[in-house]
Amino acid sequence: MRNFFKQFFKDKFATASLVVLLLLYISIFLANFIAVYPKNYSNRNLSYAPPSNIYFITPEGKLTRPYTYNYIRKFDKNSLRMYFIQDRSQKYYLKLFPKGFEYKFLGIFKTKRHLFGVEKGGDIFLFGCDINGRDNFSRLLYGGQVSLTIGFLALFISFPIGLIYGGIAGYFGGKTDMLMMRFAEAIMSIPSFYLLIILAAILPSGMTSSQRFLLITVILALIGWAGFSRVVRGMVLSIKTQDYVKAARSIGASRARIILKHILPQTSSYVIIAITLSIPGYILAESGLSFLGLGIQQPDASWGNMLKEAQEFTNIMYRPWLLTPGFLIFVAVLSFNLIGDTIRDILDPKSEIR
Amino acid sequence: MSIWSYILKRILQGIPIIIIVSFISFFLIRLSPVDPLAELRMNPSITKQTLEAEKIRLGLDKPVIVQYFIWGKNFIRGDMGTTVSGEKVSTKIKERAFNTLLLSFSVIFWTWIIGIPLGVIAALNYRSTFDRILTVLSSIGMAIPSFFFAILLLIFAQKSGLFPIGGLTCPNFSNFDPLHKVLDIAHHLFLPTLVLTTISLAGLSRQMRSNLLDVLDSDYVKFARAKGLAPSKVIIKHALRNAINPLVTLLGFEFAALLSGAALTEYVFQYPGLGRLILEAVMKSDINLVMASLMIGSFMLIAGNILSDILLKLTDPRVRL
Repeated sequence: MRNFFKQFFKDKFATASLVVLLLLYISIFLANFIAVYPKNYSNRNLSYAPPSNIYFITPEGKLTRPYTYNYIRKFDKNSLRMYFIQDRSQKYYLKLFPKGFEYKFLGIFKTKRHLFGVEKGGDIFLFGCDINGRDNFSRLLYGGQVSLTIGFLALFISFPIGLIYGGIAGYFGGKTDMLMMRFAEAIMSIPSFYLLIILAAILPSGMTSSQRFLLITVILALIGWAGFSRVVRGMVLSIKTQDYVKAARSIGASRARIILKHILPQTSSYVIIAITLSIPGYILAESGLSFLGLGIQQPDASWGNMLKEAQEFTNIMYRPWLLTPGFLIFVAVLSFNLIGDTIRDILDPKSEIR
Repeated sequence: MSIWSYILKRILQGIPIIIIVSFISFFLIRLSPVDPLAELRMNPSITKQTLEAEKIRLGLDKPVIVQYFIWGKNFIRGDMGTTVSGEKVSTKIKERAFNTLLLSFSVIFWTWIIGIPLGVIAALNYRSTFDRILTVLSSIGMAIPSFFFAILLLIFAQKSGLFPIGGLTCPNFSNFDPLHKVLDIAHHLFLPTLVLTTISLAGLSRQMRSNLLDVLDSDYVKFARAKGLAPSKVIIKHALRNAINPLVTLLGFEFAALLSGAALTEYVFQYPGLGRLILEAVMKSDINLVMASLMIGSFMLIAGNILSDILLKLTDPRVRL
């Protein structure tokens, strides 16, 4: 085990990825503390407000504490366009650990303290606002809670199914195996994203957001298990011919015991590799689904449905801050891939991509 | 067993799978709470009688199992019913499936044309700067969400005005001469192909690199070298062929991934493919269209797998039938 970590941290990319992922997960874990605005905050007068500029130098040229100006929305009657100007009459200084909206810190005790904020009356939008005047930065944190956890949750459903399904098919062999594998192959033969779209579309409307989150997780899991179970079955086919399995059978161990206790643990290193390499797939699937409007629904945030706004031309041309969720998806997926590659190289040196 | 009986065997193996797929998709859609007549019911100008007639036309008054067999019989005959807006499903599917195939083939073509040489160069210059850069770039390429990359390219297309946005042909396509027509389609295909190629390129060049590295390490290559063959001859005649063979098996998987991955790209670029069709059908709860595109998509996937198996058999005589 120590050897494993030593090898892992020798890889610079993997170590960096681990740090990035830790930062991301800590931020979403402390989302309420880091976020400046609550989940339901919206200010219609600040629709599409650009990111706040933070200044360190006063107009007179002296160095000061960081401060920012508020935005005022203006309407140009000639070009019929909204635009924002800074209200230079009032400076708002940034503050560390100010009091903001009330929440439960780690879900335990109530507090109003936040990581940062501005003086009363001021607004700070690190990444601008969306169409409803909601703070993009805070929503990225809340959205990350969905986008980064849904993959893990789906894994907890799909991997046990795949393991047991593949284990049973491989162990029993013969007709059972043939029937079970034909079924798995049939599921694999349906283009997975098509199936995903259809499953998500037939979800009844009018569910609460947590119900919807749960069902989307289940759907993602239902797509992923088939390919995995096929590999497990192949491994079980070869493991079951080994002497120790025969020995277990001869002393009268039950089939369930042999499969669960003696055979499946042998597949563990493959399972670990497959798990780390399949998390990015789930993240991408969720964001893709939400991007199409079939996954997590407004007003709940997820990185995919936040990126939905980037579908409009004017948005991507004039409001590039709406693309931030895309970058975060990219960073998370890249980090998981790099970590997965390294783990595979360590646990399975044969498949090493040198 | 000759190659022909192998092909026959693979096709026969595909049939039960297609039947199971049809079962899954039919019951998934029919047993779901989606009401195929919802749109008509909401329309106040539609009378009860029309509604009843529509119900009988869709066979919704019969038990589900009977509906399945009616649907199956019609499907085999090539009759896939009509869409909500009254068009024939089969004509619509034919056009869209062709467009998706066109996109997929163009992506696979470019992936192989670019990916194989990249992998070869990286393997031959193992651990060089080029190799390192390629590894980093391929990690990045694998991690970009297709729809996000597509959006970024849309910005580029919009700002530069170099590429058309949406569709497969220009509005005045029918007036073009044949050469112009081909160029026009290529022009429209460029951006979607670029997105999908970038994403699958990473995997293929990596695979090619590691395959070639394995082969270069093997005894027969060492022997060929020891025999005094020119290095270029060793690589081209002995190593390369054996390194490419495993990639042929991957072709089937690649095609499957493309069908799925293309759906989002088609959506962003408004490309008239099967993926966008199924999305539109789902949004309109157009059951006939959803069923048909699901079936055709699966059919293409299975056919792709069979084709890649046959291709492998042709290129690699070691494969047992």
